[in-house]
Amino acid sequence: MSYFPITSQDRAEMLETIGVEQEGQLFGLVPESLRNPRIELAPALSELEAQRWFRSLAAKNVNLKTHVSFLGAGCYEHFIPSVVRHMISRGEFYTSYTPYQPEASQGTLQALFEYQSFICELTGMDVSNGSHYDGATALAEAVFMAFQETKRRKVLVARSLHPDYTRVIRTYLGGTNYSMEVIGFGRGFELDLNHLKRELAEEIAAVVVASPNFFGLVEDLTEVERLAHQNGSLLIMTAHPLSFGFYKTPQGWGADIVAGEGQSLGMPPSFGGPWLGYLAARRALMRRMPGRLVGFTHDSAGRRAFCLTLQAREQHIRRERASSNICTNQALCAIAASIYLAAVGKTGVRRIAELNMENAFWLRSALDSIPKIQVLTRGPIFNEFVIQLPRAVQDVTEALFEQGILAGLALDQVDPEWKDQMLLCATEVRTTEELDRFVKALKGIVG
Amino acid sequence: MNVPRELRYTKTHEWVKQLGGRVVVGITDYAQHEISDVVFVELPQVGQRVEAGKGISIVESVKAAFDIYAPVSGEIRAINTLLESDPAMVNQDPYGKGWFFELAPANPEEADALMTSDQYDQLINTRSTHGPP
Amino acid sequence: MTTDVTRGSRTEIKLLLEKSKAGKEGVFLPKRKFPELNFSRLVGEKLQREIPPRLPEVTEPELVRHFINLSKRNFSVDTHFYPLGSCTMKYNPKIHEEIAELAGFAWLHPLQPGRQVQGMLQIFYELQEALGQLTGMDAFSLQPAAGAHGELAGMMITRAYHESRGEGERHIVLVPDSSHGTNPASAAQYGYQVVQIPSDPRGRVDLKMLAATLDKRVACLMLTNPNTLGLFENDILKIRDLVHGKGALLYYDGANLNALLGTVRPGDMGFDIVHLNLHKTFTTPHGGGGPGAGPLGVVSALAPFLPVPIVRRTGELYGLDFDRPQSIGAIRSFYGSAGILIRATVYIRMLGLEGLKRVSRDAVLAANYLRKKLSPAYPNPHDEFCMHEFVLSAAHLEKQNIHAGDIGKRLLDYGFHAPTVHFPLVVKEALMIEPTETESKETLDAFADAMLRILKEAEERPELVRNAPYTMPVGRPDEVQAARKPVLSFRDLEHE
Repeated sequence: MSYFPITSQDRAEMLETIGVEQEGQLFGLVPESLRNPRIELAPALSELEAQRWFRSLAAKNVNLKTHVSFLGAGCYEHFIPSVVRHMISRGEFYTSYTPYQPEASQGTLQALFEYQSFICELTGMDVSNGSHYDGATALAEAVFMAFQETKRRKVLVARSLHPDYTRVIRTYLGGTNYSMEVIGFGRGFELDLNHLKRELAEEIAAVVVASPNFFGLVEDLTEVERLAHQNGSLLIMTAHPLSFGFYKTPQGWGADIVAGEGQSLGMPPSFGGPWLGYLAARRALMRRMPGRLVGFTHDSAGRRAFCLTLQAREQHIRRERASSNICTNQALCAIAASIYLAAVGKTGVRRIAELNMENAFWLRSALDSIPKIQVLTRGPIFNEFVIQLPRAVQDVTEALFEQGILAGLALDQVDPEWKDQMLLCATEVRTTEELDRFVKALKGIVG
Repeated sequence: MNVPRELRYTKTHEWVKQLGGRVVVGITDYAQHEISDVVFVELPQVGQRVEAGKGISIVESVKAAFDIYAPVSGEIRAINTLLESDPAMVNQDPYGKGWFFELAPANPEEADALMTSDQYDQLINTRSTHGPP
Repeated sequence: MTTDVTRGSRTEIKLLLEKSKAGKEGVFLPKRKFPELNFSRLVGEKLQREIPPRLPEVTEPELVRHFINLSKRNFSVDTHFYPLGSCTMKYNPKIHEEIAELAGFAWLHPLQPGRQVQGMLQIFYELQEALGQLTGMDAFSLQPAAGAHGELAGMMITRAYHESRGEGERHIVLVPDSSHGTNPASAAQYGYQVVQIPSDPRGRVDLKMLAATLDKRVACLMLTNPNTLGLFENDILKIRDLVHGKGALLYYDGANLNALLGTVRPGDMGFDIVHLNLHKTFTTPHGGGGPGAGPLGVVSALAPFLPVPIVRRTGELYGLDFDRPQSIGAIRSFYGSAGILIRATVYIRMLGLEGLKRVSRDAVLAANYLRKKLSPAYPNPHDEFCMHEFVLSAAHLEKQNIHAGDIGKRLLDYGFHAPTVHFPLVVKEALMIEPTETESKETLDAFADAMLRILKEAEERPELVRNAPYTMPVGRPDEVQAARKPVLSFRDLEHE
């Protein structure tokens, strides 16, 4: 078998060196009752058969290369420069281990240092960690950073966050004696400032907002920032990272921490993972950051050298005194993001942001002129907005699918109160022909 | 190993200096030697109440984190903010500029239970030189 | 603007931001379709970014050269032997990459309706089933993104379970002193008080101490088996009885499953919750630190508490089951790191049961072989058969002022990645070695040879070992400086 280099000759020689006659003796301490379990697995496949079998499974799936998609809601179809996949397919990157031995890992370490640098530049924040599992878990950890920093036990979370993110924060808090309260939004999906004012109190460690939010709206966070900081609470932001190509950064808003999903920075959707949680903060919060941090230093000959640093925060050293248990992160995805950001570069990131915006603005305008459709997200957007349909979204979705189009998310799946509402996403990959096709198709369906 | 005669000690390698109604606390030369290069010191907060024997500070080296314990019960009155910018001072001057915090003792009798310099000297000489303090 | 600089045999690869030049572009981007939409005017100034981000301005050829040259500075399984204990650095098959990259998997949106993604859901389901068979557990969640993530979910399930039985006051989690750091960290992160159980002279959990510590306040005992010394906890059934006898749960850290794959099952040992590390046992690539995946398996009594969603099969149809009212909730967005799960599924399907059993067989054989070749030259504190890994001590070199870490550094010069050093903490100057089953006997012999040579060097020319490595792109970085004055980004570097 191809992955087992030990031959029967080798085996015999090795057993002799060990000094046993029977290999089974090596398992001698295993209680009899635990040996030879009955395990049922499908029969082994050769590589050719595996190719065939798994291709057949892949072929069963409608995918974004076969259909024109307007799905967003936390997962985005973006252009990925060919150089990204090509670089991270280097075995030296993807089959290497965590860079605990810096002399043997300068490639990974420098690539991650550059990732940290680029996230700082993109978000305006002072320090970025070397990745977290995904946007939702990164945001949950940001909340815990706020608890530790302020020594307060409650967090206010905007209802206009992606519902998965709110759910994950809730899961992380459940069973601890920390708590959360949800702050509502107004008719145009903007944060309800009066509700926020009512809830801000001494025990509030942080206010968590999204901009663009789940409904696509980009908000002015000036008042939120003022209220939060006046109350001694931190401001935590979550956002689509490419929106910072055009829109104000978390640093610009005065946020203390930003955490979100980095999938849009060079990773395909992959049905939900592996993705990339990005997490960045003000300098004063540096030691509260979970996860690995790559630092720059020199060796004794004065050569520049990168290494993991501030490790004494982490679980392998602090054990139960660590503030986070994270060990394995999403390093290769962070390297992909690093390559992506380097490829699109300083001017490219603005161009891509505007390409997203123009598709979304154009589509929104075109749909707004269809009498039976109502656009609900009317303020500034990045690449998503909500529309109200005259019928059940299900019907519309099915009719669109028949024309090779994947419709946006039906919002009643998130909250049954949001009847007949659809969250549409148009990224830079949609052509004018596809946008036209969608508008025509929708017009035809709703009348 | 430097073990100043005028100080008192704990078996967890803190030194204690009586200063009027207060005590100043740091870690011993032996401790800083064991820890090796100190990269960060997490200090308690002024006003914090502490209990004798409870961990109230953490010293980090590159590879490890060490608990520092309150030698007596009381309230923290001052912390050495120099250690924030210059943690190396713990290694360079453990009994002087590398002090950690000052506290107002709650029970003066607790000071009597502390080790003398002779007792501490004996402790570190019979101890194996490996493993964290 | 500067470029990479070579002096003698060493090249300094500058940062991309140092190599940038205004006007350069790394990729051909499309032009604006609707340039009449002038966003600087359409959107309020207040909402706009003030200054452009300082991202690189380099061309594609420069980008490629940069990253390829960086990659050449790495050791990796594809290039070197990596005997890292408890990491299972086995070979990563290339067919996994080919399949994970198929558009029918890589370009699926998680919010597509179930009937559009049946092939993907089938993989989730089959993996749930296969892992259940291999571990003897009744139900699996594929959500956790890493082992530690699985542990955290395991702690949440533990609490939910005890609370459902009116025993929510159980607030203590027990871990052996040889455990991985993530175990106590996960328990503490979820608010449990952690109590350490010492190892006995044989390196196993001290049963007397365990029995003395177990009471109604204990929620869970977290164990790795074999433990981090590579030793099988042969009293596991007694441990199971002690723990269950006090109404606590038994948690399995699956990091060391490579020793037992297809041969012994944690479910049969009596574990209630099990996490697996797909990036270890199931050879999904380490990626320089991730991504991994940490599926969580439970006994049927705990299944209702698993994170949502789980993949179900009804007749011929696969679907996501969100209707689980007792679930601890979602622990991440969506359903799991599908790209990683696919790779593990391909591995299991290609190896089949016989192949998976061979993993355990050859891993244990290779470890014992190396152990025999390296000790007693290196003292082996537990001189008995090991499982897939073993621990040696370099404490006898203390008199030369040489530590385990120095041996690791010198190994780099011999073309081997260091083993795990200074862990587990229960052995002084520990060297934890796990060869895995994908190394040839010749590689193992070469490694043993190098280790013995280094031992000789340590005894005859200790300064050679103390100042190693010499042949890497860099020597030992000043980690003290890196920690005292952290420089974590390009802007930090500029402010230096």
